[in-house]
Amino acid sequence: MGYEILGLPMAYYIAMVLKVLVVFVFVLLTVAYSTYAERKIIGHMQVRLGPMRTGWHGLLQPIADGVKLFFKEEIIPSKADKFAFLIAPLIALVPAFIGFAVIPFGETIEVGGYKIPLQIAAYYDTASGQVVDLNVGVLYILALASIGVYGIVLAGWSSNSKYSLLGGLRSSAQMISYELAAGLAIISVFMLSESLSLQKIVADQANGAWYAFKQPLAFILFFICSIAEINRTPFDLPEAETELVSGFCTEYSSMKYAMFFMAEYANMVTVCAVTTTLFLGGWHGPGFLPGWFWFVAKVYFLIFTCMWIRATYPRYRYDQLMRLGWKVFLPLTLINIVVTGIIVSL
Amino acid sequence: MLGAYLPILVLVAIAVIFGLCSLVFSSLIGQKKPSVVKLAPYECGCEPVGSARERFSVKFYIIAMLFILFDIEAVFLYPWSVLFKRLGMFGVMEMGVFIVILFVGYIYVWKKGALEWE
Repeated sequence: MGYEILGLPMAYYIAMVLKVLVVFVFVLLTVAYSTYAERKIIGHMQVRLGPMRTGWHGLLQPIADGVKLFFKEEIIPSKADKFAFLIAPLIALVPAFIGFAVIPFGETIEVGGYKIPLQIAAYYDTASGQVVDLNVGVLYILALASIGVYGIVLAGWSSNSKYSLLGGLRSSAQMISYELAAGLAIISVFMLSESLSLQKIVADQANGAWYAFKQPLAFILFFICSIAEINRTPFDLPEAETELVSGFCTEYSSMKYAMFFMAEYANMVTVCAVTTTLFLGGWHGPGFLPGWFWFVAKVYFLIFTCMWIRATYPRYRYDQLMRLGWKVFLPLTLINIVVTGIIVSL
Repeated sequence: MLGAYLPILVLVAIAVIFGLCSLVFSSLIGQKKPSVVKLAPYECGCEPVGSARERFSVKFYIIAMLFILFDIEAVFLYPWSVLFKRLGMFGVMEMGVFIVILFVGYIYVWKKGALEWE
């Protein structure tokens, strides 16, 4: 414990690497198995069985899919802008996987006298006796959501195919519209928490004082906007098969296609984790089980809700989608901010 | 503060390595039988007509401009929301005036039909 690098003890580095690896593997496994869960859940909701052949009740399906996509032929269209075409899946994938860094997924644990907060971008400062985390955690998540748009726009443009271009354009317009509404919806939470640090926001929601109860409108708006922002049904216009073939990823094959797919599911996991943290009390639970269990349970419930929504609602039309975002959600979020401001300051 | 940012760098590195490995390995393992027709842009099996680099609807530009305007508003609202309890009634009034001015612009944009997609 005596060694220090850059003013931080050795235990900090060991804990950091362990936390990063555990969270990365957790997100990866959740992404893989939420593709399976989605097919199973929607299958049963439509009175089908879903995948059954690979392993017991199709449990090995995600692995089979992954291996298959690895061995598929890599196609780079002759007219495509090669560099942008290759880099686009990476730009979509990386922000989707690193959003989890600021999310607190459990209480502070103690291992061998060293306190470890269960959040990647945080550490326990022995000098001040406090958990120090990224004090702009929410801005970090919003910034990553904006970077994710670049991947999709680049993919649509660089493929040099009309379907891809239209899909990319639609997608970018949809994502920025709903990003705006989602970003405005959570402002009313910060007005109550007086901080952008997610540790502080979770700490404020101890003992069931969830922000979902104090800000029900913001909760519903944020969740719907997030579903629209990650292009999931009923807002999956960019990939509307019936009109755009497959949208921005029409020309993609093999692992590059899989990377967009993984990015979409990783975004879903991140969005559900953010919603849990901001509105559903984060890792706080009834207390008889560790905090991370309640966190994972809440996140999985929200993921299930996303799939439930997909099985329930038909796809929106593009004009309806933009009308909903700009003419309904945007004014509602502003009104919510003003009303919260007046009520709190009275 | 370094202690809070360093883990993010490590996570970014792992994510980038994971992405690059997927790209490189799938490109090495996958079979390759390219042909002129296979590498042409997909257009439902027909010969591609014209180029994809064409002009597109001006509406997308308008949405992008409106997004920047309202996003700047959101950027102003974040620091205000954190400090708003300390600013008291004065802060609420200030921001109320700001939001009202923006709302006037929003109504103007709506009446001009910039939000119509039909």
